[in-house]
Amino acid sequence: MQTSLDTLKPGDEATVTALEGDPETVERLMEMGLIAGTPIRVLKFAPMGDPVEIVMRGYHFTLRRHEAAGVLVEMGTAVS
Amino acid sequence: MAAELQTPRSQTPAPVATRHIALAGNPNAGKTTLFNALTGMRQKVGNYPGVTVEKKEGRCTLPEGAEVVILDLPGTYSLSPKSPDEEIARDVLLGLRADTPVPDAVIVVVDASNLERNLYLATQVLELGIPTVIALNMTDVALANGKAVDARQLSKELGAPVVETVAVRGQGLDALRGALATSIAAPASPSLKLPQSVEEARGRLAQVIEGNGLRAASQGVALRLLSSNVPAPSVRHGFGPLVEETLQEQRSDAALAPLKVAAAEAQARYAMLGEVVARSVKAPAGGKTLSRTFSDRADAILTHKFYGMAIFALITMLVFSAIFSWASYPMELIDGAMTWLGDQVSTRMAEGPLRDLIVQGIIAGVGAVVIFLPQIMILFFFIGILEDSGYMARAAFIMDRMMSKVGLHGRAFIPLMSSFACSIPGIMATRTISNRRDRMTTILIAPLMSCSARLPVYTLMIATFIPNQHLWGFSVGSGFIGLTLPVVVLFSLYTLGVVAAMAMAWLFKRTLFKGPPPALMLELPPYKVPAWRNVVVTMWERGSQFLKRAGTIILAISIVLWFLLSYPKVKVGALPSSDLSPAAGIRPGPGNAPPIANEPTTDGETSTEEKLTALQARHSYAGRFGHFLEPAIAPLGFNWKIGIGLIGAMSAREVFVSTMGNVYAVGDADETSESLKKQMMSDRWPNGQKVWTPLVAVSLLVYFVLAMQCISTLAVVKRETNSWKWPLFMQVYMTALAWGAAFVVYQGGRFLGWG
Repeated sequence: MQTSLDTLKPGDEATVTALEGDPETVERLMEMGLIAGTPIRVLKFAPMGDPVEIVMRGYHFTLRRHEAAGVLVEMGTAVS
Repeated sequence: MAAELQTPRSQTPAPVATRHIALAGNPNAGKTTLFNALTGMRQKVGNYPGVTVEKKEGRCTLPEGAEVVILDLPGTYSLSPKSPDEEIARDVLLGLRADTPVPDAVIVVVDASNLERNLYLATQVLELGIPTVIALNMTDVALANGKAVDARQLSKELGAPVVETVAVRGQGLDALRGALATSIAAPASPSLKLPQSVEEARGRLAQVIEGNGLRAASQGVALRLLSSNVPAPSVRHGFGPLVEETLQEQRSDAALAPLKVAAAEAQARYAMLGEVVARSVKAPAGGKTLSRTFSDRADAILTHKFYGMAIFALITMLVFSAIFSWASYPMELIDGAMTWLGDQVSTRMAEGPLRDLIVQGIIAGVGAVVIFLPQIMILFFFIGILEDSGYMARAAFIMDRMMSKVGLHGRAFIPLMSSFACSIPGIMATRTISNRRDRMTTILIAPLMSCSARLPVYTLMIATFIPNQHLWGFSVGSGFIGLTLPVVVLFSLYTLGVVAAMAMAWLFKRTLFKGPPPALMLELPPYKVPAWRNVVVTMWERGSQFLKRAGTIILAISIVLWFLLSYPKVKVGALPSSDLSPAAGIRPGPGNAPPIANEPTTDGETSTEEKLTALQARHSYAGRFGHFLEPAIAPLGFNWKIGIGLIGAMSAREVFVSTMGNVYAVGDADETSESLKKQMMSDRWPNGQKVWTPLVAVSLLVYFVLAMQCISTLAVVKRETNSWKWPLFMQVYMTALAWGAAFVVYQGGRFLGWG
């Protein structure tokens, strides 16, 4: 099932399929390791509901819902 | 060229120029810890010319006795920079800066527990062809997480020496120093496989670079030039006009836009790194699955919806009360020491202008500088701990939602909160905000937070003019527990500052610092015990920088202000005359109200000495300027005496109270002085109306909440922004804001018949 990162729930595991949005943001996200094929796990949302904390490539990373909406994912980590 | 960059291991090391070694690495990889461990306190902090980025250098002695200079580059995730800090890292390594030559060697600090992402930067650096040593740091954490990194295999994969370190515990430092003492071979890293169009462009550019005889590792350098917007003059400076031209030609192809190249690079590099990591990292036998670490368990509480917020509030209050109240003890000590010193000089020196200059100008000026040190050191003690432990990133995570409402970064919270105590440490703390627009906005609004220096003024005004009405609560004996009007007014003043700050942040982010809302993309590093050395170095650095950079400006302006308030001198012979008003000749123009009517009629309470002080204050340049100022501040309900107070308040806001004491001839006054209150109440305008009404008091309070009245803050803003433009702008916008708001309050109040 194709969806975007901001719609996931804590504990969900997914695989990145594509990145959309502001090119500079997309580039930085890719440099941080968020690339098509990367498995991720949603850890939690901040107490006020934004930003979201994920685990990828063995480290913890946080981004706002706004940017997370541009991270398209496939549920599950089977692809990797 | 790469061969030339190496310093041969010579038997006679003395005459060789000191080698410069750059230290690069991701944020949170332990770069600062390693830098401090290698250099100790032998550090020098300056600025890169033209930008507000800090340049940190330190000296390190190698095993054979040679000394090298280590340059701590700003932490970065990639050499395709997104901020001025990251640009510096790229520019230094590419040799694009005229002030900093290409380093002779590079140490790249790599976090072994987060290998893949850390190698992203490391491989970018290796491709530049500068002799490089990889410091494989935090190998202990990696092992605890069930990952054993094979350093020998990694070294083979990367084509560069790898030294294992645990910088916090000083492990591997000797091996690292030893590696630096030997001649390091230029890295033999494999070339990155890129999409065909990018690879062709890289090849063409590399050819031109090589044709100029500039770099051996031209492929890697070419990729760096293609993947980020390097300003044309920098390219020309580093590589000559031909390379610049070729680069421009290639940029005209839309497929080779820097962001596209960088994205293609990221894809290719991670694909390569995935294999490198797979071959170099072994999970220990037994296949230990990644269990929840200590950090994960701590985080579950520290960023919890309820406990997380509560703990954050507690930590915030602890830091706040530390700068607010703990600092007051050392501050009183400093104050006492300076008074003692002044007294000593006074009793040992003959009376005269020189003694006045030394005691009231220089000693008092030095006191005005040193008095800020406790607050700065205490704040950076906590910031050091919060940063080093990994909590600061969580504070940004928790507060980001709230701060983003006005377009600010989550990291702006701590600096702004600190500004309630004093905006000077607050503004210095904005360095944790990497985005320039966010940082500038935070600096500009920080002084709107009511600092502790405003409190004496608030207290004096409220105690004198705001009736102690009980609004809500109950009496206990003779006391009262609950809300009183003074409490509500005090709270409103603090709130006004916060509301104004948020409104101005909102405005600045839509005008001056317009642009897409900067995205929050933050690593949340594992929690760890802070390294005390890092905390101490941070405190020491911030304290000494404040003294060196801002302190000198503050001292100079303090002396100028003292001069303006003390000269020209009144002749003592003038005193017996019953006329305490300023001599007619010193009033600046005929348009001014005759000041005779302003005189307090209760001369009985003032001593001769106090009269002289009052006369001096009025007769001084500042006093004359107060008169000159009156037409500008009369619409706010302020007379020239308040004008003198406002000038005096520029050295520090609380000086307003003692200046009022001088002007109203009550001698040394503090905010609880009854005689000062009495004299103020009896002050009248020429037409017989009272100067001080509750409305004027409120107008003045509003003015104090919003006005920029602190030269020390301006000096620090100059230091932090590297230009006089921003302190000037801050002075202008805050004065306009304060004047406008006080005008609305006073004139509006009069219109409603409250005046």
